[in-house]
Amino acid sequence: MSESQENKFQERIDQGAKIEPRDWMPERYRKQLIRMISQHAHSEIVGMLPEGNWITRAPSLKRKKILLAKVQDEAGHGLYLYCAAETLGVDRRELIDQLHTGKAKYASIFNYPTLTWADIGVIGWLVDGAAIVNQTMLARCSYGPYSRAMIRICKEENFHKVQGFEIVATMAKGTAAQKKMVQDAVNRWWWPTLMMFGPHDSESANTPELMKWKVKTKSNDELRQRFVNLTVRQANAVGLSIPDPHLEYDPESDDWRFGEIDWEEFWNVIRGNGPCNRERLQTRREAHEEGAWVREAAEAYASKRKAEALKQPA
Amino acid sequence: MPDDYTPRMQDTQWPIWEVFLQSKTGSPHEHAGSLHAPDFESALENARDVYLRHGDPQTSIWVVESRYIRTVESEDNPEFFEYTKYNIYRHPQFYDVPRGKRTEIERKAIQNRG
Repeated sequence: MSESQENKFQERIDQGAKIEPRDWMPERYRKQLIRMISQHAHSEIVGMLPEGNWITRAPSLKRKKILLAKVQDEAGHGLYLYCAAETLGVDRRELIDQLHTGKAKYASIFNYPTLTWADIGVIGWLVDGAAIVNQTMLARCSYGPYSRAMIRICKEENFHKVQGFEIVATMAKGTAAQKKMVQDAVNRWWWPTLMMFGPHDSESANTPELMKWKVKTKSNDELRQRFVNLTVRQANAVGLSIPDPHLEYDPESDDWRFGEIDWEEFWNVIRGNGPCNRERLQTRREAHEEGAWVREAAEAYASKRKAEALKQPA
Repeated sequence: MPDDYTPRMQDTQWPIWEVFLQSKTGSPHEHAGSLHAPDFESALENARDVYLRHGDPQTSIWVVESRYIRTVESEDNPEFFEYTKYNIYRHPQFYDVPRGKRTEIERKAIQNRG
């Protein structure tokens, strides 16, 4: 790659141009995007697991249907993203193998267990809420296929967030036991959700490069602050508290200042030692292997149809 | 993470299809995204599951196997797109012509109407 090509690429990025699959791009840009998009795709797929556990146990038929639709959406989002990654010259097969062998990462948040029904509400509200903040930024990313997938995903993700917040709001004004259950879920999910935005800007190795290329247009800390501001107000609206004694309003900046995140826990979960890392990966592998017959059947059916079509007189 | 795991079987890598949706009759079909499928019929069924799932109104859906799409990009091949530059006479603004004027008969009729 010549330096002038790289300069020309940077110029296009600076002018706000979108990069399309066939355009020249630095190898590092391609690599970073494959890493980010596939990690994102894996997160959608693994994200189905903690919620899938609750489909049969949802408290009403309406809640079952909603949760089923939400889990189906996550599968669809994974698919959009794997396809976006494939435009960069990798195979979906390769990406899925990387997930199953533990070579590729997915969002650390999905390594926490869903203990009660309230967790399903809180995941929708906090986890999907955090995802939207992040994805709204990524919808403006410089890589065309990723940006387009994100626009589609954001439209659907809002449903996830709102259905979660509605579960939370319903429980928060329910019986004392329900309120206690939902507060407990908030207490357990709050800090892991803040970790979803990644390390502090000063510790985030990839951020400067990604911002230079406009893959990201806001830093981890900016996004985290935005999420906290939005969420503190929503918690206030339903009368739940945020488990942070250092949470404090700063009238100067109109921001809610929050306490220090336990980064040791974050890195520990990333390294594979969260409460559910092994279980999630094992479930995922089994789902893939036990689902092999579906793929084989689809192929057999396709060849049967093809044979029948050939037999038909013209 | 245990890294002694090796996948027991390879995932099937079916061909990629491009999906186009039309949101109302008379509108163009717009590219919605891609998916994998073993044949036409399954591509259409998968496209319905993935891209019509949300229930936004759509009137028509197309699937095309990606390898059948050929492209030329202006950046790689500007000459290919040059053609249009020499076509300015296809635009009405290219011509300098007098404007229409009302006839005497019309003008009188309008005056009489008040």
